[in-house]
Amino acid sequence: MLIDWFTVIAQMLNFLILVWLLKRFLYQPILEAIDAREKGIASKLADAEAKEADAQKQQHDFEAKNKIFDEQRAALMTKADGDAKAEHDRLVDDAHKQADGIRASEASALKSDQAHQAVAIRRMAQDQVFAMTKKTLSDLATVTLEERIGEVFTRRLRLMNPKDKDEMGTALKTSPEASLVRSAFNLPDEQKAAIQNALNETFSAAIRVRYETDASAISGIELVAQGQKLSWSISSYLDSFDRSLAELVAPPTKPGPAPVSVAEAK
Amino acid sequence: MNLTSDQLIFWQHGFFKLNETIVTTWAMMLLMVVGAILITRRLATEGKISRWQGALEIIITTLESQIKEVGLPQARKYLAFLGTLFVFVATCALCIIIPGYKPPTGSLSTTAALALCVFIAVPLFGIREQGLRGYLKSYTQPTIIMLPFNIISELSRTLALAVRLFGNMMSGVMIVGILLTITPFIFPIVMTALGLLTGMVQAYIFTILAGVYIAAATLVPKRQSVVVPASKPTS
Repeated sequence: MLIDWFTVIAQMLNFLILVWLLKRFLYQPILEAIDAREKGIASKLADAEAKEADAQKQQHDFEAKNKIFDEQRAALMTKADGDAKAEHDRLVDDAHKQADGIRASEASALKSDQAHQAVAIRRMAQDQVFAMTKKTLSDLATVTLEERIGEVFTRRLRLMNPKDKDEMGTALKTSPEASLVRSAFNLPDEQKAAIQNALNETFSAAIRVRYETDASAISGIELVAQGQKLSWSISSYLDSFDRSLAELVAPPTKPGPAPVSVAEAK
Repeated sequence: MNLTSDQLIFWQHGFFKLNETIVTTWAMMLLMVVGAILITRRLATEGKISRWQGALEIIITTLESQIKEVGLPQARKYLAFLGTLFVFVATCALCIIIPGYKPPTGSLSTTAALALCVFIAVPLFGIREQGLRGYLKSYTQPTIIMLPFNIISELSRTLALAVRLFGNMMSGVMIVGILLTITPFIFPIVMTALGLLTGMVQAYIFTILAGVYIAAATLVPKRQSVVVPASKPTS
């Protein structure tokens, strides 16, 4: 007989015992391990998803902040550019103004220097001319320059044009005080008498005059009465010489004045 | 030549006896239990796992998925029973490479015992799932006329299970034994390799059939009750 019933029963028992043993030592531990690992993986995945979500949120925040920063930076840059341009323009204007001021100041100083130098040159020229003329006249005619100047002055007095003569005569006659005769040197008495005579004869009256010495009036004589003045001095020549020198030193920007006559009356 | 290993008796006392089938079964049980204990002694629950653990996990998760595919969604309830059927039959088949070994499944007593276990387990699982009345009612489905046919079907499929496994396992051993007497070289090895394959296939078939029977006993009424309200289309 192929079937042994005791063996069948024994094998059934064996199988049931095996089921229990394998359930106890194989399926249960393995399934628990699988479940634990799956749970761990699910936990890690959830954690990773949470971290990813957090990272995405942070990224979005970061991008939003970056955008705001960019906009702020652009605005600040634009403002800074505008400010810098305005400041640049202001500084350039200031520099231009300062340069103009300095240039004007330098021009003024130069002009002043030129004027001073011109005065000094003129003075020196006057002195030189006076000395030279004085020496020449003294050597040639044995007549002092002062005498010649006095003679020239009296001659000019007599040869005044009628209009000037009337005005000067009125001033001399109506002057409450003695009119002033200013000279660069002390006039000798003969000169004074000659001048007095010339005045009296010219204006047909006894003209009262007083004499005064002024070193700035180089080698010349002037008659002043109530704003009217008659003068002759070497300065007239020197003015012409001064203009010629100025034309030599700097090119004229406008036509130079007409030469001054030897005698000017006003 | 012994047709089955039942005939080799080591000890007997009246009805009780200790034959080769029982001893070999014990050896197989010892091998499986000791192996399971050794492998599951240090299971890793995270990080890198050992190869043995990986192999066992593959076997068990495959069994679980196969049981689900048979129609038992709560596969873990039946994993111990069906999984042990597969592991036992497969281990017995795999060990035919050991010279002088006769698989216990080559004994009709063993296969009958396994078939009887399935025969008993099917109504037990059915009663547990749907109650005694519900299970007994399933024998009268679709009409009361089908009752004797259902009972015959139940018995015949148990017999078929036992005989199928016995015939396949015994025939493999017999063929190798006969070939060893005729052509002692090479060819028996090929047949042994073929026996390994058929043994694995038989283990799979036995387990799947048992699963199908259990599914039929536990899920058919449920499927009807579930299908009726679920009139809306499912994805």
